[in-house]
Amino acid sequence: MSKGARAGAVIVSFFAVIGLLVWAVVGYLRTSPPTVSASTSSTPGVVNLTMQTDGAVGVGPHPNWVGYFVQDANGGWHQTTLIQLPANSDIHVTLYEYDSGGTLRNNVWSQVEGTVGNVAYVNGVAESIVNPNTSTGNGIAHSFNVPALGINVPMYGVSGSAKNFCSSGPCNLSEAHTTMTFDFKTGAAGTYRWQCFVPCGLGFLNGNGGPMTALGYMAGFLKVV
Amino acid sequence: MAIDFSKETGIGSSGGAPSGSSTGSGKFSPSVITGIIGGGVGYLFGHWLGNAIASGYQQVSGSGSNDVATLLGYLFATVGWFIGLGALNYPLKKMLGIDPDFSEPELGKGMSKYFKYTVDHKIVGVQYLFGMLVYFFTAGLLALAIRTELLSPTTHLWGPDTYIEIVGEHGTMMMMMMTSVILGPFGNYMIPLMIGSKRVAFPRLEAMSFWFTPLSYFILLSALWQGGFQSGWTSYAPLSLQQGVGQDAYIFGFGLQGLSMVCASTNIVATIINYRAPGMTWSRLPILGWSMISLGFTMILSIPVLIDGLYVLALDRSAQTAMLYDAHGGSSFLWENLFWFFGHPEVYLLAIPGFGVVAEIIPVFARKPVFGYKTSAAGMIGLAILSFFVWQHHLFQSGMNPDMRPLFMLTTELISIPTGFIYLVGMGTLWKARIRLTGPMLFMLGVYFNFLFGGLTGVYVSDVPINVTVHGSFFVMAHFHYTIMGGVIFAFFGAIYYWTPLVTGYQLSEKLAKIHFWSMIIAFNSTFLPLFAVGLLGQPRRVFEYAHRLQHLNQWVSISSYVLGLSLMFFVVTFIWQLAVTRKPAVRNPWGSRSLEWAVDSYPPPQHNFRQVPVVLAGPYEYADPDALPIADIVMENKDRAPVGVDR
Amino acid sequence: MSKVVLDESRSDESTKGHISKILISWAVASIIGMSLVWFVLGPHLPPGTMTDQAAGQQFDIKFVSTLAVPVLFFVWFFFGYSIMKWRVRPGEDPLAGGANIRGNSKAQGTWYILTTVIVLGMAVYGTYFLVVPAGAGGGEGASPIWTPATKNMLQVQVIAQQWRFTYRWPQFGGMETTSLELPLNTEIQFNVTSLDVIHDFWAYQLGVKADANPDYNNIAFAKTQQTGRFVVRCDELCGIWHGAMYNYGNVVSQSQFQTWATNMEKQNAAVTKLLPKYATTYTPSYSGAGGGYYNTATDPNASL
Repeated sequence: MSKGARAGAVIVSFFAVIGLLVWAVVGYLRTSPPTVSASTSSTPGVVNLTMQTDGAVGVGPHPNWVGYFVQDANGGWHQTTLIQLPANSDIHVTLYEYDSGGTLRNNVWSQVEGTVGNVAYVNGVAESIVNPNTSTGNGIAHSFNVPALGINVPMYGVSGSAKNFCSSGPCNLSEAHTTMTFDFKTGAAGTYRWQCFVPCGLGFLNGNGGPMTALGYMAGFLKVV
Repeated sequence: MAIDFSKETGIGSSGGAPSGSSTGSGKFSPSVITGIIGGGVGYLFGHWLGNAIASGYQQVSGSGSNDVATLLGYLFATVGWFIGLGALNYPLKKMLGIDPDFSEPELGKGMSKYFKYTVDHKIVGVQYLFGMLVYFFTAGLLALAIRTELLSPTTHLWGPDTYIEIVGEHGTMMMMMMTSVILGPFGNYMIPLMIGSKRVAFPRLEAMSFWFTPLSYFILLSALWQGGFQSGWTSYAPLSLQQGVGQDAYIFGFGLQGLSMVCASTNIVATIINYRAPGMTWSRLPILGWSMISLGFTMILSIPVLIDGLYVLALDRSAQTAMLYDAHGGSSFLWENLFWFFGHPEVYLLAIPGFGVVAEIIPVFARKPVFGYKTSAAGMIGLAILSFFVWQHHLFQSGMNPDMRPLFMLTTELISIPTGFIYLVGMGTLWKARIRLTGPMLFMLGVYFNFLFGGLTGVYVSDVPINVTVHGSFFVMAHFHYTIMGGVIFAFFGAIYYWTPLVTGYQLSEKLAKIHFWSMIIAFNSTFLPLFAVGLLGQPRRVFEYAHRLQHLNQWVSISSYVLGLSLMFFVVTFIWQLAVTRKPAVRNPWGSRSLEWAVDSYPPPQHNFRQVPVVLAGPYEYADPDALPIADIVMENKDRAPVGVDR
Repeated sequence: MSKVVLDESRSDESTKGHISKILISWAVASIIGMSLVWFVLGPHLPPGTMTDQAAGQQFDIKFVSTLAVPVLFFVWFFFGYSIMKWRVRPGEDPLAGGANIRGNSKAQGTWYILTTVIVLGMAVYGTYFLVVPAGAGGGEGASPIWTPATKNMLQVQVIAQQWRFTYRWPQFGGMETTSLELPLNTEIQFNVTSLDVIHDFWAYQLGVKADANPDYNNIAFAKTQQTGRFVVRCDELCGIWHGAMYNYGNVVSQSQFQTWATNMEKQNAAVTKLLPKYATTYTPSYSGAGGGYYNTATDPNASL
């Protein structure tokens, strides 16, 4: 090969390597879950956030993992855990919980904390402790926990043997569910991580693998702007 | 006087008849392509088998991830890969009672031999050189991704899951691949030449050791696309038991690399012991040989412990044993012990060859014998031995054996003594020397400069009270980057500049080498020196969120790391360009070395190294002795005396 | 190889002259450098003086840093001097030999003895400052042998879990809190354990660091001596939220602490009843909380 041909070959392979790198990186950075904004309400300073927790999301690469769907302003459901909220506002959360429940690894998470009045309404009834050992519910299915805001809201599970048990998300209200409502205040702008404290990664040691360690399932951010 | 062993061994004889064995040249003859096909078929079969076995397991149906299938896929992929490469032809023929063809065909001029399983140590060395560069730059790009995330304490470019997967991938790839960074390219290539041998002791083992590495590289890298592993390169149990199938890629990638190191070190040790030319006594052995023999023994003794640990981890993850899980009678301390019993010698596996290269190259450019030859060898052997008695210093705060901490503090601090030997040797060699500041020499001096910070901060981390503050922080991270990257990686690049004329027959530009050196050492120190402060100020390792007050320091570090990346990019471009395009022919013995590797007939050396096995008459470092005999009974032409490297 | 041309001037050079030049400049620079580190940098070194352990670590870092200065300078000065003095100048024969020195038993012997003495001294120093301050704030395992003189200690159990720290107070009805307040001038025993994987409790300003291992109690001691805010961070990789696993605590006056603790005890009374009895380790019930990884024989209610 002549010098010119060698130079050409080097330059071509250089760009081929760059191309390969870009392709690999793009392929690796899997499509990130979308960020959904909470919808505004008629009351100034208050926004509504509607979410559902499903025993199996039914979509995406891991259809049998537990995960969240968040409702956008038009009523559409998105499988995500990235939620955009306005700063210094009152967030009115409605959470439909469709998964079955169990016990907690640490019972301290059965206390409702950090919400307005330190209570959450379970099917309309105010509760400050969701006791995993009572027969009221079917154990605790999940919890909504934002460490930096001090928020912890445990959610009762539904009976796993219910006839209308939702086996694949997004679920609808005709299926067995627990409705949780609570209010909390967002503080200053910032990114706040939130997670679940019920070991719900089925098939993973301590229940803390899989969906517990993936954005879009049981790990997410509140993007307060 | 010369001795020809070729009759006895078969290998090394010139002019053997070409055959259809592993080095044939037919369209379907074994090469990397048939290897990939074999590996792919093997993976699919293993994966199918694993699914057939385990898809009904409770944890598999619950999580949707089947570790049995993944592990079996990798296992059969490994077998298929080596069958495809033709590596198993020889043992299979032996087992079937067919007498294998020992003859070694003459190697052609083309590039295709570099993509085949071959038994020539020089080809394996070149394969290793380019392999190591690819592995190093892949892991280096991942480091830049880490630094990009750390530009801001709160705004996140990657998700926390992606971030920690990149961190684990960077650490694992660097630690497992870079262990062979000197042994692979320069140990395999130079040691037989330096000791006057026509071959290595176990050429098939040596070739095998290389062909493990691309496989382990791709398996480890594939973890990223399978959800990664969020447990870092240390992969402490039970966190590693909790991970998805990415952790299996870690287990198999690391395990195969471990096998590669065992193969490579067995070969190098046997070669140095048994294949020294007549007259190449232990006291004339080049220092690189001493470093390789210390390294080899350390590898042979420490790597099996890692492989054992990985095996335990694989069983816990696939067969539901609970050896590492406390609640069922196992212990998470077991993994920590097994891992660090390998992991600490590992650190010296990275340091010792760097020291070997430094002590080998400095005398050439100081025109003096190496100062305290025995001290230098003793230093490396001392490091190798002591490295087995310090592993608990990684676990000072673990609560395990707390009463043993003074002992491990003592053994750890004792390591400073043999490390100090290396400094004594370097300083003594420069004393009243005639120093030429060539590209390679600058890199060697750079090793001393960088390693000093690494060594001194090693005293901090070994001191238990200070360890309370710095354990697990960026201080430790900066410390080991100074010892490893500042040490062995600088030595690696220096060695590339030093030996490329011999390996390729092309001379590299001194000017470009110096630009590379100065940009790299400034950017390196600018990247890692502030990290000592970052760690002391309270930033733990592997975090994606950190204190706002540390933002400026972190940004400084990130930007410096980009400059470091550019400097390395400069190396890649100029190196490839000079080898592939400009191709300035190398002069004979460009640095004026006395060592045997430069005494071969041509650059690159002919297939069987020497026409006859040389008889060694003197040591390799007699630069200042006017009465010294030539190193061997080879007439080394020296018409064009070292035009390179003289500062005018 | 052609005949080696010896550069005679190298061997004839006076050794004493070179050594004294290096040693004098090194000594001057070292004294200046050491004073700067000890007096100027020293008081600002981490991790501060909020507890006796933090102050002890600060002293150790200051001490070792001061000692590091002459070592650093010696190597620098030696290399710098050699390179400047013995470089091949333009026009000189680049391949001429230097002084034919293979070793120097005096220099080597001095070096061996000196490094050995320094290293053994460091080990004795480190052992003393580990044993006397009751483990120097590091994790000492379940049954520490180096303990503070007083037996009257505030017990704080640190429970690490993926991915938060909670704190249990056996002397306050066994309550469990998510925040951490500590009283001033009090010896504190941290009992660090984990519910799942290995974490590490690092209270930076307190000078306390101990791994949190599952089913294991790792004890560390510290005595508070200043009020203020401190940060608690996880210091062993524990998964996705490792980097976000931190919270802040405060050292407050003893009366403020009493008020806080009494209030928390009241506030948490209902949830405290649900907690298991206080124990130094904490093995969660397998039913439902195990994730169903191990088989149903040991985990009867694996399905959630």
